[in-house]
Amino acid sequence: MSATAPLTCKPGDYKSDIKPIWCPGCGDYHVLMALTRAFAALGLSPEQTVVVSGIGCSSRIPAYTSCYGFHGVHGRSLAVAAGLKIVRPDLTVVVTSGDGDGYSIGGNHFLHACRRNVDLTYVVMDNHIYGMTKGQPSPTTEPDFDTALTPGGTGVRPFNPLVVALASGANFVARAYSGNPHDTASLIVEAVRHPGFSFIEVLSPCVTYRPDQRAWKERVHSAPVSATDDSARAARRLMTDDGFNLGVLYRGNRLPYQPTAVAVTSDLAEFEKGFEI
Amino acid sequence: MSEEANIRPVTSVAGFYAIAYEMETDAVERYKVLADQMQTHNNSELVRIFLDLARAEGLHAEEIRRMAGDLGVESKSGPIGSWRSESPEAADLSAAHYLMTPRDALLMALAGEERAVAFYTGLAAAATDPAVRKLAEEFVAEETEHVELCHRLLQRYAPAGAERYEDPDPPLAGD
Repeated sequence: MSATAPLTCKPGDYKSDIKPIWCPGCGDYHVLMALTRAFAALGLSPEQTVVVSGIGCSSRIPAYTSCYGFHGVHGRSLAVAAGLKIVRPDLTVVVTSGDGDGYSIGGNHFLHACRRNVDLTYVVMDNHIYGMTKGQPSPTTEPDFDTALTPGGTGVRPFNPLVVALASGANFVARAYSGNPHDTASLIVEAVRHPGFSFIEVLSPCVTYRPDQRAWKERVHSAPVSATDDSARAARRLMTDDGFNLGVLYRGNRLPYQPTAVAVTSDLAEFEKGFEI
Repeated sequence: MSEEANIRPVTSVAGFYAIAYEMETDAVERYKVLADQMQTHNNSELVRIFLDLARAEGLHAEEIRRMAGDLGVESKSGPIGSWRSESPEAADLSAAHYLMTPRDALLMALAGEERAVAFYTGLAAAATDPAVRKLAEEFVAEETEHVELCHRLLQRYAPAGAERYEDPDPPLAGD
């Protein structure tokens, strides 16, 4: 997190003039609300905050904020964000993604971002579907989700993002539900403040392609136990939880990645000397 | 949707006004979001309804600010808000749908007003400060009037048949 003095911006100050085009009822509206509330609570300067994304419904968020943004290539948001944070550690960098962008196309980047532990906050809006492209199964889709595209379901075991994040080295692992925007905002605040790579999975219903997810509001519940810094204990909890436990589930104490300092030269002639034969 | 247990007990008139103001401004924000959603989907009738609802809640917010006077309406909870999930009067954004009708919008508003009545009723019952209790009872009466208004408005719109929600070009690729 940047060391700028706290500001008195209101949540609305972090919203751009561009109106979201998500479907009415989409959970991502709540996530945008939570994000702007969190930025206001953190007293971040929009000029010192960057929202990076890939492709998908949830990845539209940078355009809807007044912060700096980077709407990048499908699945590559974490690579962009890590590079940015390494060269500009003074900035607060938040990455927004979805389950398709983040776990399938960007799955490899997810593993290595957790492993590197760069000081980023990764917010993944998980709706278990590719919504933008009309409802194909994603890595978190249930194996028996039956559609014309996948008759009888894919039969493939879903990805468990929180377990993968933990096993790969993420320093902060949490789950939120978009319908609880105040709670989600609190988790984003905590994640940004926590050093290293912080991962928040936000259950964010797609009411168009997964109307059954409207029932999530009855299924979610606070995690019955407080966060642990013991990764083995966290792993046992995450492997056995019902997928609807909300809150901070792991709070690690690894030091964030610090790049090896390399002298940078802006003198081209001197730089070219290094390539002389 | 609301979780009254998650807010601190209201022990002062200033605290009461701050909570009441936060509830109204949250409601305004949600109705504006819904109006924007309907604008995107070219549903001008619902845009008008949601903007009217936002305006009504905004007037109530300003009335609370006026009543608070020098006490102010600044929330001690900061930008995140006082409730863990949602403030009681805020419309449930997750209940919105691109095929929703004016009646659905009014039912959404009615649910918010009913939650507000329940909230202030609980607050009045729990209040230890007589001034807070009196204010809470006044707000119960005010929100009850809003509930009645919603019921009167709902009489203009008959329940839609199932065909209203049938989309001839459904987005669901799977069906």
